[in-house]
Amino acid sequence: MDMKSANRKLSLKDKYRLFTRDLGWEPSYRTREEIFPYVQYEGIKVHDWDKWEDPFRLTMDAYWKYQAEKERKFYAIIDAHAQNNGHLHITDARYLSALKIFLQAISPGEFCAHKGFARVGREFPGVGTQVACQMQAIDEIRHAQTQIHALSNYNRFYNGFHAFAEQRDRIWYTSVARSFFDDAMSAGPFEFMIAIGFSFEYVLTNLLFVPFMSGAAYNGDMATVTFGFSAQSDEARHMTLGLECIKFMLEQDPDNLPIVQRWIDKWFWRGFRVLGLVSTMMDYMLPKRVMSWREAWNIYGVENGGALFKDLARYGIRPPKGWNDAEEAVDHMSHQLMLGLYQWSFGTAFHAWIPSDEDMDWLAKKYPETFDRYYRPRWMHIRKLAAAGTPFKNYGLAKLCQCCQLPVVFTEPGDPTLSCHRERVHQGEKYHFCSDHCQALFENEPEKYVQAWLPMPQLFQDLQGDLTAWMDWVFLRDGEDNGDYADSLDRRNFEAWRAMATSNQ
Amino acid sequence: MPVTARKTYLGVPRDRVENFHGKQLVYVSWDHHLLFAAPFLLCLSPQTPFGDLVQKALLPLLQADPDAAAIDWRQVEWLKDNRPWTPDFGRSLADNGIGHKDQLRLRTPGLDSLYRVH
Amino acid sequence: MSTVFIALQANEETRPIIEAIASDNPLALVHREPAMVKIDAPNRLVIRKESIEERIGRRYDLQELQINLITLSGNVDEDDDSLTLTWND
Repeated sequence: MDMKSANRKLSLKDKYRLFTRDLGWEPSYRTREEIFPYVQYEGIKVHDWDKWEDPFRLTMDAYWKYQAEKERKFYAIIDAHAQNNGHLHITDARYLSALKIFLQAISPGEFCAHKGFARVGREFPGVGTQVACQMQAIDEIRHAQTQIHALSNYNRFYNGFHAFAEQRDRIWYTSVARSFFDDAMSAGPFEFMIAIGFSFEYVLTNLLFVPFMSGAAYNGDMATVTFGFSAQSDEARHMTLGLECIKFMLEQDPDNLPIVQRWIDKWFWRGFRVLGLVSTMMDYMLPKRVMSWREAWNIYGVENGGALFKDLARYGIRPPKGWNDAEEAVDHMSHQLMLGLYQWSFGTAFHAWIPSDEDMDWLAKKYPETFDRYYRPRWMHIRKLAAAGTPFKNYGLAKLCQCCQLPVVFTEPGDPTLSCHRERVHQGEKYHFCSDHCQALFENEPEKYVQAWLPMPQLFQDLQGDLTAWMDWVFLRDGEDNGDYADSLDRRNFEAWRAMATSNQ
Repeated sequence: MPVTARKTYLGVPRDRVENFHGKQLVYVSWDHHLLFAAPFLLCLSPQTPFGDLVQKALLPLLQADPDAAAIDWRQVEWLKDNRPWTPDFGRSLADNGIGHKDQLRLRTPGLDSLYRVH
Repeated sequence: MSTVFIALQANEETRPIIEAIASDNPLALVHREPAMVKIDAPNRLVIRKESIEERIGRRYDLQELQINLITLSGNVDEDDDSLTLTWND
């Protein structure tokens, strides 16, 4: 990998100037307002676009060189994975549920981010900004493609991977991530940068990729480690771009502060809710766990997010409004959601299961204040129902939050035994929310959220509540893709194939 | 607050009652009974007697909870719109004033087998 | 005090880089996790091109870091000779 720089004589700073700013020009026969019509309406005031600088000073020539190198590394491992029965090297097939959720909910989000950055790269007038957004647009489509490609190796052997694109649009739990990206993509260019570049990349992707991918390594899944780390190597640049964008807005004009703060409040909370799904992957779905969701939150949320907001205090920025409620929720959310995923697993294109004694002891150790007190009794009762031959299936479909679209599994701040009930009437229609923060987001932009396509109510509109017709429509094969892992085809196949691979019988 | 937009921004609500083929949505939850991970979504005709909502729609869903058999329906405390409220079991949802997407909550003080309620 | 950090994939290319970072930043803490190495430091961390070149015996372009970089935290400043991460208190 001995790469000689193309322009050894140019300093990094000179090269960056030549390859970005110098590519721009002043329009002569159209006004700037005509060329960049979307850059003012959000109210962000910019006086000098040249103040925007990519701290990595990455130019397109270097970008292609390093991205090509990343791809070569990625495909070397993907080939090795396919050639060496990589699908049998995972700890056990429960682990696949995390990959299925990832493919159905997160990878399509990468594609949305690609579309969004391609768009804002055109809408921003600054050349440095345009180049950075263009690189990120290419990164994001690479992420979607490498993830789909890596996981296609599992699709050859296991259920639940086959219809991720349709399920992204139709099945219920994916609408959480989809609505996050729809909300971002339908915002203006500056808000999009806060949503994806700042909140998602800087505050949240560390939690999605770093401990989870490290967990994939622990669970013998080299394919996922590789796409994860390959994607994450771009994220470091994306985070830096997001932070740069926020500092740029705050330095350009003091009037930008309240707008930026409102977006930080909004997108922190929206991102935190999407992470609810990630919390179940970390605490429940990795057979061999690397750290708990709580431990990951302490490092990447409390410590890293805390450092960031302390740094931004010099501009007048305070931590996001939902910060304290998030801190309380971290000890509950993975359990609340996983209990939901188990009881509604007839409607999921992945498997759920009842944690073993060993799993529960681990959870009790990681969540000493909450697991034994609130959640173990429910799991023990669910286990009793399964042992009696009446496994718990909750056919009462769930109330969804109008804003984040998660089932309302969350509890009142200060009382983990009571569902959080929040509702509001807007122009004669009633709307329900999972929390004060989702309600506040609705109240800020009601016209946006009244349009939410909520999967549960929709089931009673087009399909009049017919669950079998719904399964066909979401490409869910009953008895194959869904239900308890304990009696799943994935489990039987994995165990049979692994036995064949380790013996001569 | 209006959505920040370049033109007038109008959103059309997706879940209006006329989209439900003559039925309506009702949400029901049992306070402090979180074996059921979220409030139930029921889709019923507004002419359904409230007693049928309880006996035919709700009760079968509650069976998984060890407290279900012990519910004394004459003693249940009800909330609608998060405020105390008394239903008439013999009358319809419409006559009971239960509108589209209303949330009903039931409370059964003393029943908390699986839950350490403070 | 706030913690800045950089995380790199654990592989042969990053081994000398991690050594260089540890030796240039006496206050840095090196955490070895599955498949990755995370290096924390109070407020400031510097990665020097020269220190890496001494260990690998060839010229090194700091932008090569992009290939094995997993994540970082702090304000970034990069020039030809060094990459610096800082938090303001």
